[in-house]
Amino acid sequence: METTLAENLPQVTAAGVIIKAIIILAVISAIAGFGTYIERKVLAFMQRRLGPMHVGPYGLLQIAADGIKLFTKEDIIPQNANKLIFAIAPAITAATAFIALAAVPVFPDFTIPEWVPLLGGTFVPSIASDNNVGILFVLGMMAAGLYGPLLAGMAQANKWGIIGAARTAIQFLSYEVVTGLSILAPIMIVGSLSFVDFNNYQQGGIENWLIWKQPVAFVLFLIAGFAETNRTPFDLLEHEAEVVSGYATEYSGMRWGMFFIGEYANMITISVIAAIVFLGGYAAESMFGWLFIMLKIAFFFFLMLWVRAAWPHVRPDQLMWLCWKVLMPIAVINVLITAIVMMV
Amino acid sequence: MSLEQFKNRNVGTQHYKMLDLGESPKTPWCRFKRVMKRTFKGELFVGLWVTMREMINALFRGEMHTVKYPFEKLPISPRYRAIHEMLRLLESGHYRCIGCGLCEKICISNCIAMETRYDENQRKEVSEYTINFGRCIFCGYCAEVCPELAIVHGPRYENASEQRASFALFEDMLTPIDKLNLQQEYPGFGAPTPYADENIKKTPLAY
Ligand code: SF4
Ligand code: SF4
Repeated sequence: METTLAENLPQVTAAGVIIKAIIILAVISAIAGFGTYIERKVLAFMQRRLGPMHVGPYGLLQIAADGIKLFTKEDIIPQNANKLIFAIAPAITAATAFIALAAVPVFPDFTIPEWVPLLGGTFVPSIASDNNVGILFVLGMMAAGLYGPLLAGMAQANKWGIIGAARTAIQFLSYEVVTGLSILAPIMIVGSLSFVDFNNYQQGGIENWLIWKQPVAFVLFLIAGFAETNRTPFDLLEHEAEVVSGYATEYSGMRWGMFFIGEYANMITISVIAAIVFLGGYAAESMFGWLFIMLKIAFFFFLMLWVRAAWPHVRPDQLMWLCWKVLMPIAVINVLITAIVMMV
Repeated sequence: MSLEQFKNRNVGTQHYKMLDLGESPKTPWCRFKRVMKRTFKGELFVGLWVTMREMINALFRGEMHTVKYPFEKLPISPRYRAIHEMLRLLESGHYRCIGCGLCEKICISNCIAMETRYDENQRKEVSEYTINFGRCIFCGYCAEVCPELAIVHGPRYENASEQRASFALFEDMLTPIDKLNLQQEYPGFGAPTPYADENIKKTPLAY
């Protein structure tokens, strides 16, 4: 780990990593749940509605009501489904979403004060696993997450599920190349795959942000990120108006909820990546840096909801057309130009 | 008012606005140009702005559309056709229905059932009158045909109940005698127009 700024920080112990993992699981699940509330509220406001209002003040406890409903609902496995795959598919989505978060810096690092029994003095890092291929790892994990919808759709013996699975494959084939190529140019500039390096590269003011050097890559990455998280212009997998609920048609209760949590965790991950890679990341020295990155992440999260309220979605063939015939050439040209500029 | 415009079923010639969709591109170059034009037109951002504007309107300018229904209600049109009401004569308090049976006859879903008899003054008296609201389609013909404005459609549209029967009897629909002063004259379906008096003519009896 020669690339991190860990030299002047305490030793990362196994206990610290485990605590961090638990924090990520708990907080991100909670945020994902809260994200559903935010999504409903924002969409409602944009359509001049009120959104959830009755459970708790301003409907804030709606998450609790939904959670209770999800947990206590009957878990139905359809008769002709492949039971094993049907059962584990949601776990794939949720698990990969959280595994991806392991390599992302999510909260500031801190040391548990000495007076806490048992764990006192443990250093909790900001990244659970600060490996030097962070970006590759995260993108790979998110890509692996699409096995969830794919397997779920095919295992459930339902035609809508099959269509959903087919669309998953199409989507996967379309955006993955754009994600990789678009983020390649910033990686070339920084010369590392570690998020910490990206963060350090952009320190010292807004003018150092990579978005100014790589605006095209930013837009491409954003588009691909929307496809990756299955958000609105590209929400082909479970578009209710067309394929009932796509891959999630036969799911109920907590299994369905796991798909949902996975989707929201992915949204958060993409927001974090965009904020760190293009918008300057966090300044680890000050608390304000973390506040700012929270704001940036919140902005990207809001952007996803905003886009969902405003834009129609595309057809699967249009997505493929867009990704392969428009975005990929642009990404390649962008990489070429970046390379030429760097060489000169 | 002339009924001309309602009777015109020839939809093709009415006030339709034709959208200028332009020519669809023929050559690959034209197609490329169209893609470029659409790409850089910024329409997507117009869409984003519109939703943002609506959000600002809703949150800060008090233009929220939601009606919190059971707590707030929108006014309904006087022509709204909800559960029927039987009205009373304002002077005597007697019910207006003269037992002519026209409503029973005209009802297209056959849901009005009535029985009449002569009372001691040889007046028609309604002894049974029920409407089967499981069958009524709220077409309003009964209100329109009634010569006395006795059966009308009230504004009571919240008619979920445990018992259909709690709406359907004559006594349920009849204005309570102590609420007679609150009885509204019916302005809706089948009621006399505001200028009804001017339009009255003598029936030409001389042949
Ligand atoms: S509204 Fe129509 S269906 Fe209902 S009672 Fe009157 S005539 Fe019959
Ligand atoms: S049409 Fe009117 S007056 Fe005649 S029976 Fe029906 S409610 Fe009574």
